[in-house]
Amino acid sequence: MLKRIVIGLAGVAIVGLMGFSALAWRPAIAPIDPPAAASFPAELIAKGQALAGAGYCAVCHTRQGGEPFAGGYGLRTPFGTIFSTNLTPEPETGIGRWSLEAFTRAMNEGVDRNGSHLFPAFPYDHFTKVSDDDVQALYAYLMTRPPVRAPAQANTIPFPLNVRALQEGWKILFFRSGRYQPDPSQSAEWNRGAYLAEGLSHCGGCHTPRNGLGAERVKDAYAGAVIDDWDAPALTDANPSPAPWTQSELFSYLRSGVSPLHGVSAGPMSPVVHAGLAALPDSDIRAQAIYFADIDHAAAREPVVEAAVKKALATSPLGSTQEYDPDARLYVAACIACHYNAGPIPLAARPELALNSALTLPEPSNFIHVVLDGIDVRQGGPGLVMPGYAAALTDTDIARLAAYLRRTRTDRPPWSDVEQKVAAMRQQAAASE
Amino acid sequence: MITFNLNGRAVSLRSPDDTPLLWAIRDEIGLKGTKFGCGIGLCGACTVHVEGRATRSCITALGAVAGATITTIEGLDPEGEHPLQTAWRDLQVPQCGYCQPGQIMQAASLLKDYPNPTDQDINVVMAGNLCRCMAYVRIRNAIKLAATRMRERTAHE
Repeated sequence: MLKRIVIGLAGVAIVGLMGFSALAWRPAIAPIDPPAAASFPAELIAKGQALAGAGYCAVCHTRQGGEPFAGGYGLRTPFGTIFSTNLTPEPETGIGRWSLEAFTRAMNEGVDRNGSHLFPAFPYDHFTKVSDDDVQALYAYLMTRPPVRAPAQANTIPFPLNVRALQEGWKILFFRSGRYQPDPSQSAEWNRGAYLAEGLSHCGGCHTPRNGLGAERVKDAYAGAVIDDWDAPALTDANPSPAPWTQSELFSYLRSGVSPLHGVSAGPMSPVVHAGLAALPDSDIRAQAIYFADIDHAAAREPVVEAAVKKALATSPLGSTQEYDPDARLYVAACIACHYNAGPIPLAARPELALNSALTLPEPSNFIHVVLDGIDVRQGGPGLVMPGYAAALTDTDIARLAAYLRRTRTDRPPWSDVEQKVAAMRQQAAASE
Repeated sequence: MITFNLNGRAVSLRSPDDTPLLWAIRDEIGLKGTKFGCGIGLCGACTVHVEGRATRSCITALGAVAGATITTIEGLDPEGEHPLQTAWRDLQVPQCGYCQPGQIMQAASLLKDYPNPTDQDINVVMAGNLCRCMAYVRIRNAIKLAATRMRERTAHE
């Protein structure tokens, strides 16, 4: 009897495995001879260049100091580090032998030319929404880049998660292939913004929280998440900034990296703005601003802006008179010269801390990052540089500044264990060097 | 190789990315007007302009300003006749003088943002620039004098 059960179960398992293998199997697409660069029309290449900017392809597909698009950038995930691969048209280590059909399948379904499943670190769950025309333009752009020989680096994903066929299971659970479908109840601009944001720009990749298997929790779209030790703030009306992200604030931020009522781009968002979206025309940036201003219901909240700004500016000189609070004195010595605003509106070049996103987030990560490392000339708004205080201030000093600003510039509860978090962040930075 | 523009000319240095800008300015380029004070961005003596804005050069890494335009006290005005510099002389602001280049660079940045500063604006924006000779009252007066002259000059143009 027992023997029969065992045999039966084994049989079911074998049939199941065969069935799964059949589901997971994808054919290889025949290699091609790398097409001549001259075979692609210049307009198509130019269009692809802008689209590659919209998707920040080079940000992940270029290692630090490496050739653009040659891969080798390590993306840290909870499952291990995944290294991006070579997107240049080099025939052996790049995509030189990929036909348009193979490239399209990778974008639409997350499968490489050989038929292997790609890990969702490559955001095909978003890229599947990109239109065939745009995929073709991206292909034309990538296939005309200078070929670079750069073999793929081994990922550090442990067995069995590294079995590519098992990615089919992830896809069955979390992935639906399909191009973007316009919402007929919305304007053409809104749909353009949604198409870019949901597709190529894959904003949800950072701003939507993920489940235990690393898939975006679609029901919590844009609710905010932690990425590379930075807080990617909520893009919904749950965003805690005192002033809502209105269409004009979003446009200014996505176009130039600075929003007078929220602060400047920093951390992983800096290359999104300056190395990515910079390639798009104003009309596409405006479309994304329209889309996100709708998602966070900014129009309905517009009336609170005036009061929020007034309240924030009232706190701007705090600490500058003679007082004995050592926290205030540290703030005045280190920060106030650049962050003070006389009003009536905050200047873009003087990020008003009472309005700044970093100060109102639930965790102090972004605040600590910026105090430690500063903002270099490429990261924030035009012409704005903040020095890094890593060598200047102790963990205790930074924790005191954090507590002081949170206490005097926001209505939020105090952050916990800031000193330990500063120390942990310093260690992390030292380890990754 | 890090390249930037210093006082109107291109400069290229082979220093590591994390070299403090102040070291590069004083020790490698040899402009000694910018002073070393505390070395931790808390006294203002090392203040220069990065892209026209006052920045503490002792804690600003060279790599952070690659490609940027930097101005030191030597480059604020080719003749040393910036309205702040003339006001400084007219009111005999400095005593020992060590903090003054930083004070003037910070004040120049202040007047760009707020051409007609109140006492509070001056006190707050200049609060990070220490003067151990306690010349604060004269510093504030000179900033106001310079602001008045700059506004008059703009009105004439």
